[in-house]
Amino acid sequence: MSVLVIAEHDNAQLKGATLNVIAAAQKIGTDVHVLVAGAGIQAVAEQAAKAAGVSKVIAADGASLAEALAENVAAQVLALASSYSHILFPATANGKNVAPRVAAKLDVAQISDIISVESADTFTRPIYAGNAIATVQSQDAVKIITVRTTAFDPVAAEGGQATVESAAAVADSGLSSFVGRELAKSDRPELAGAAAVVSGGRGMGSAENFKILEPLADKLGAALGASRAAVDAGYAPNDWQVGQTGKIVAPQLYVAVGISGAIQHLAGMKDSKVIVAINKDAEAPIFGVADYGLVADLFQAVPELANAL
Amino acid sequence: MKVLVPVKRVVDYNVKVRVKSDQTGVDIANVKMSMNPFDEIAVEEATRLKESGAATEVVAVSCGAQQAQETLRTAMAIGADRSVLVQTDVELQPLAVAKLLKALVDKEQPQLVILGKQAIDDDANQTGQMLAALLDWPQATFASKVEIAGDKAKVTREIDGGLETIELKLPAIVTTDLRLNEPRYVTLPNIMKAKKKPLDTVTPDELGVDVAPRLKTLKVTEPPVRSAGVVVADVAALVDKLKNEAKVV
Repeated sequence: MSVLVIAEHDNAQLKGATLNVIAAAQKIGTDVHVLVAGAGIQAVAEQAAKAAGVSKVIAADGASLAEALAENVAAQVLALASSYSHILFPATANGKNVAPRVAAKLDVAQISDIISVESADTFTRPIYAGNAIATVQSQDAVKIITVRTTAFDPVAAEGGQATVESAAAVADSGLSSFVGRELAKSDRPELAGAAAVVSGGRGMGSAENFKILEPLADKLGAALGASRAAVDAGYAPNDWQVGQTGKIVAPQLYVAVGISGAIQHLAGMKDSKVIVAINKDAEAPIFGVADYGLVADLFQAVPELANAL
Repeated sequence: MKVLVPVKRVVDYNVKVRVKSDQTGVDIANVKMSMNPFDEIAVEEATRLKESGAATEVVAVSCGAQQAQETLRTAMAIGADRSVLVQTDVELQPLAVAKLLKALVDKEQPQLVILGKQAIDDDANQTGQMLAALLDWPQATFASKVEIAGDKAKVTREIDGGLETIELKLPAIVTTDLRLNEPRYVTLPNIMKAKKKPLDTVTPDELGVDVAPRLKTLKVTEPPVRSAGVVVADVAALVDKLKNEAKVV
C-alpha cells in the first residue's frame, strides 16, 4: 500500500509541515512517496529525499506549477493518483485549496484535518470547532486526506535516502493566473510550527500596544499570534489569527494575553502543552483551559514577566 | 451576470454543542440554528456585486431539511432575488452537496458561484473546491477581495504568511474568508419583502444526484478535557511555576 504525501514548500525550502504529514503517512503504510510540485524545486526535492521514512520523491518541475495554482497542482496529483491508496496533504492554506479538487475528480470523499490514524481506513477529526471528535471510516478506494500537522510529531529531517524521480509537469490549465503576493516579513518563528506562542486579544487595546508583547516573545523565542477580535480590530495582521478560522497551533507554551477565550479561539490552541492566561477579568473563559492563570493588568504583568525570564 | 450563492443552516456559532451520550453525534435538538457565518459573507458579497451593477441576479441555494427555508429567507432578506431548496433528510456530505450544486449550476448557468470557505459544523472546507472540480471551473478560495472586470475576476486570497492575488476566467468559483466584508443586518421591511420572493423546492432525485454518504461516522466523542489549572498570585509565582513545575522556560 503506497501513500503519497504532497509536499508544502515555497520552491526554495521544504516546509516543516511536510515532515508532520510524512509521520501521519507512516501510520498508514510503509511505502511513503513525496510529491514536490513547483518550479525550480531541485533543492526542495533533495530535502524531501533526506526526510526519514520516505522511499521515493517525485519531482514535478515546471512553470505551470510555479505559483501553486489549484487547477494545475490538482491535475499534477491526479496524473499520479492511480498508483496510490492514500494521498495526504497538510491542512495548510495550500493543502486545503487543492485536496478537495483532487477528491472530487476521483469521485471520492475527502477527510479533512485528521488528528489520528486509527487504521488504514479509519481516522479521527475534530468537528464543531473542536468541541467534538468524530471517528470516520472511508469506504472509498482512494483516501484523500488533509492532516492537522500539529497532531503528529514530525519525522527527522535528516537520515533518509530516498530516490528522486522526475515527473513531467502538467500543462497550464489556462483557467487562472497568478497576479501577485504580499507576504508579511518576520524574523520570528512561523506561527504554526513555533515551540512557543504569545498571543494578544482585544484587551491589548491598539496595534501600538501589541509591541509590548515583543520583548516577551523574544525572551521565549516565540511566534506572535492574535485572537480574531484583535485581528478584526486591526491590531494585528490576518495571518496571526489563531482559531477555528485561522491557524491551529499546539506549541509547548501558549501565552494568551488579554484574550477572553471564545470557542472559536480555543479551537485553535487548546491542544497546547502549557497554557498561560493573563487577563484582568477573573471570569474570562480562558481561565477554564489555562494551566496557569494570572489575574492582572496586562500592561504591568507582561513587561514584568519579560524582565523576570 | 447571474450569481449563485449556496448557504447552509448550521448550529449558531455561539452555541457550545454537546456530544450525545450514545456517541452517535452532537445534540442539535432544540438548539439555535443560523446561517453559516461564512455564507452570510457570501450572500453579502453577491448582493454588493448586484448593487454595483456587476451582477444582475442573485440566487440563493440550500441543501437539506425543510427548515433550511428559513436560511434561504434570511439570504433573500440580505439581498438574494430568489432561492432554491434541495430538500432531503439524508445526511449530506460535501461531495454530495457539490454534485447537487453542479446540477443546479447546469440548470441556472451562473457566471459566478460564491460559497463560504467552510461550514462551522463539519469544518470540512471542501464544497467550493469540489464544485469547481466537477465543473472544471477555476477557483479562488479564502477570498478577502473580489473584483469583476469583463470576463475575469481578480481575487485576493488569504494564504499562510500573507495575501495572494490571482485572476480567474469566468465562470468561476469563489469561497469567502472572514475579512471579505461585514454582512449587513437584515431589516424588518426586508424580512417582510423576503417572504414574497420566490422559493422553489426540488429533490436530489429530480436533479438525478445520488447523495448517499461516503464517509461513515463510527462515533462522536467529547474532546479530552484539560485538567483544571491554577491561578497564581503574581508574576514571580508564574515564573516559578513555568520554570520549576512545567519546565517550559
